[in-house]
Amino acid sequence: MLAKIMNRTVAAVVTFGFMGLTPATLAKSETLINGAGATFPQPLYSRWFSDYRAIDKSIAINYQGVGSSGGIRQLLTGTVDFGASDEPMNAEESAKAKAQVHHIPTAMGAVALSYNLPGSPGLNLAPDVIADMFLGKITKWNDARVTATNAGVKLPDLAIMIAYRSDGSGTTAIMTEYLTETSPQWKTKVGQGKSVKWPTGLGGKGNAGVAGMIKQNPGTLGYVELVYAVSNKLPVAAIKNAAGDFVTPSNAAVSAAAKARTREIIAADFKLSLVNSPGKGAYPISSMTWLLVPENMPAGKAGPFAGFLKWAMGDAAQNTAESLNYAALPKEVRTAALDRIRKIKFK
Amino acid sequence: MSEGLPRVQRRRHFKSVMANAIIAILAGFAILPLILVFSYIARAGLPALNLDFFYKLPAPAGELGGGMANAIAGSLLMVVMSGLMAIPPGLLCGLYVAEFPNQKLALALRFVIDLLTGVPSIVIGLFAYAVLVVPMGGFNAWAGSAALAIIMLPVVSRTTEEILRLIPGQLREAGLALGLPRWKVLLRLIIRAGRSAIATGVFLAIARASGETAPLLFTSFNNQYWTKSLSEPVASLPVQIYTYAISPYEEWHRLAWAGSLVLVSVVFAINLLSRLLLKRGAK
Amino acid sequence: MRSDDVFNLTLRALALTVIGGFLALTWFLWKSAMPALHVAGVAFVWRTEWDPVLGEFGALPFLWGTLVSSLLALLMSAPVSIGAALFLTDIAPRGIRAPIAFLIEMLAAIPSVVYGIWGIFVLAPFVREYVHPLLNGHLGFLPLFDGPPFGLGMLTAAMVLAVMITPTITAVCREVFRSVPDPLREAATGLGATRWETIRLAVLKTSISGIFGAMILGLGRALGETMAVTMVIGNRPDISISLFKPAATMASVIANEYAEAQGDAHLSALAAIGLVLLLVSSIVNIGARWIIKHTESKTHV
Repeated sequence: MLAKIMNRTVAAVVTFGFMGLTPATLAKSETLINGAGATFPQPLYSRWFSDYRAIDKSIAINYQGVGSSGGIRQLLTGTVDFGASDEPMNAEESAKAKAQVHHIPTAMGAVALSYNLPGSPGLNLAPDVIADMFLGKITKWNDARVTATNAGVKLPDLAIMIAYRSDGSGTTAIMTEYLTETSPQWKTKVGQGKSVKWPTGLGGKGNAGVAGMIKQNPGTLGYVELVYAVSNKLPVAAIKNAAGDFVTPSNAAVSAAAKARTREIIAADFKLSLVNSPGKGAYPISSMTWLLVPENMPAGKAGPFAGFLKWAMGDAAQNTAESLNYAALPKEVRTAALDRIRKIKFK
Repeated sequence: MSEGLPRVQRRRHFKSVMANAIIAILAGFAILPLILVFSYIARAGLPALNLDFFYKLPAPAGELGGGMANAIAGSLLMVVMSGLMAIPPGLLCGLYVAEFPNQKLALALRFVIDLLTGVPSIVIGLFAYAVLVVPMGGFNAWAGSAALAIIMLPVVSRTTEEILRLIPGQLREAGLALGLPRWKVLLRLIIRAGRSAIATGVFLAIARASGETAPLLFTSFNNQYWTKSLSEPVASLPVQIYTYAISPYEEWHRLAWAGSLVLVSVVFAINLLSRLLLKRGAK
Repeated sequence: MRSDDVFNLTLRALALTVIGGFLALTWFLWKSAMPALHVAGVAFVWRTEWDPVLGEFGALPFLWGTLVSSLLALLMSAPVSIGAALFLTDIAPRGIRAPIAFLIEMLAAIPSVVYGIWGIFVLAPFVREYVHPLLNGHLGFLPLFDGPPFGLGMLTAAMVLAVMITPTITAVCREVFRSVPDPLREAATGLGATRWETIRLAVLKTSISGIFGAMILGLGRALGETMAVTMVIGNRPDISISLFKPAATMASVIANEYAEAQGDAHLSALAAIGLVLLLVSSIVNIGARWIIKHTESKTHV
């Protein structure tokens, strides 16, 4: 008994000593700002917050990816200082907010359709074909409707296994939004949401889970954020957009989706979905991601955080985003966002 | 030895040899997957394990290197805190249930403890969130430790109860006959007698708590920096490992494995230390 | 007598605190689940729909998934764990006992997310390439082995769970077996019992309640396990007898959907699932205690 207590004391002393001796990188007067939200932008934010510390040493911004809805909930309960989401807050959520929440767009991304086929060929897929694959109506890769748009590719007689996200996610919301808009049958049968009832397929946890499933099982078709397909070296499909072109997901294609609608974005207070955007070369499953900034942010934190937001709209930050496989915002949107940031009346 | 023995004897001997072989094979089945998992982590994690890992903070995306120093310290901190919160009460609960079976309260406690072992850790995390995080206005280390303590307590209690029940009654009678008050008999003699076995239960609880991710996501959150106060979010190995494991970067995956290796090794070290301190004629 | 009274009081106070805490937990769950149960009633437990978009929720597919995966895991793990514990106490040469025991205990510390990833990259391919062809190829006409060759599904999940609960069951059984007094073993051997007979009569028979306790602890861990299971089970709320088809468990759906649950209806449905899980755990424990009580009265030393 005594030995156990001694054990604990030794451990405690060691821990606290450890924490104290190692060079503390938090200066005594630093303020910690906490945020929670989507996992999609987490790598980007981790880099931005780290880079910004070189500019403003008085704050340390701590962000964790717990999911868009989770982030919004934490924001509404007041347990974090800011939120982040791949989808704008809906009416129900906004009604619960104690103060106005400003949606500041930070970057953009693409949801890619990735697959596992022998030889990893590039595929062209049309929206109705995609929807019917996810509905379970097209069950084989060498179905006539698939080969119709892929003349030069030898598609095998292999079953299509759909991989979806088992955890609720903004990526699913964007994907199902696309399916809802392009397929009336999907709209009535399944609908749009962060979690839906998938007609067929298996669920993997997180982008990494779905990417893992695609990698391991021949014949799988799944949707993942582009950065996961790239880092796992998975092939991605070129999707036929509203203008009729087959577009491969890339930063340029995502930017094209936004550039065609900058005025709409600004008019909608930045809360616009980029799914199925018109415009040549636009990738149809694109989306923005936002930082949710409440007007009732504590006084000591609001000012410095606004400083960070302004920096995020600048060239340095947006170039870093591009280097990490996120698409930068169009210049007009950034200017408008800067304007909005300056106008936020923190309480 | 078996030649010349009547048939019954030979059959019994044969059965014994077969049974021993089957037991050995079963033991092999127990150890095999465990070796597989461990070698997988070791192979993936050792390359990323260097000195930096132990004193540097996490590097952001796109930058190589960095470490998990704050996560290691944070995990140690919370395991110590939750241990202090859960182990003494857990021991006493197990004691109460085992030694006072005629009290209705003890039976009720036993039932409740059994139920607690089956509650998913995420539900416990959500409960701790509602009770500690929201009133305190933010994620903090207390809530994280409390959630882990709730997970640890039933494990400690249950194993203590089982071990104490196996200690022969004569030991208690001897103590009481010597004129010792009951509490001294129980604490000094009985628990002492089962201390090595109880330590196993304590260790299992610590091992379990050290690896829990889900409850911490809702309570201690995570922190990219060193924690200044216990009322702030604090980094922990499981959450950091989880964050890295589900990311798209190979570099971060390697760090996740290195973190897993460190986590298992630290828990192993705690176990070893406790055993050595308790060792006194163990079997 | 006074110090004993103080001790007694402390114990009782502690017991009341723990029970009170548990009641608070249950009340919290109940309150969160109320909206969903108000809408669906008790029928929530046997409804099979799970549609967050339409707002229709039912617990049955998850109940099935939890029970089958946990019981299957226990079935696979119990003989192995008990065997390993016996090996460590009565059969292995003394020198290697402690190291092997340490190895097994250390693996209780591996975070479940690591088990999950090992499951995806090592176990699932193993099931897909060896187990499925073996069972489905030869016995595929049985509904039990009928199913797609994805490597993810009920069997893989049960296997991961079995690996995860083995250290717990082994460690506790080992302590229980060690606590059997040596004179008991010596008496059996002295009467001419073989090694196996000694084990069976002196060790196993007297340890039944301890073994059960170990299995309940293991089962408890399996029922509540989230991360590892969700990564390999396929997460499809279907009810099927096939080992190779995907399924979903109560703990995993809570972990998967809670963070992103939109709308109070979805949230409260998840809390209701938590309540059902608590109920299942209670029934399992009551049953186990009843079994222990009845076997103990027959074999008590």
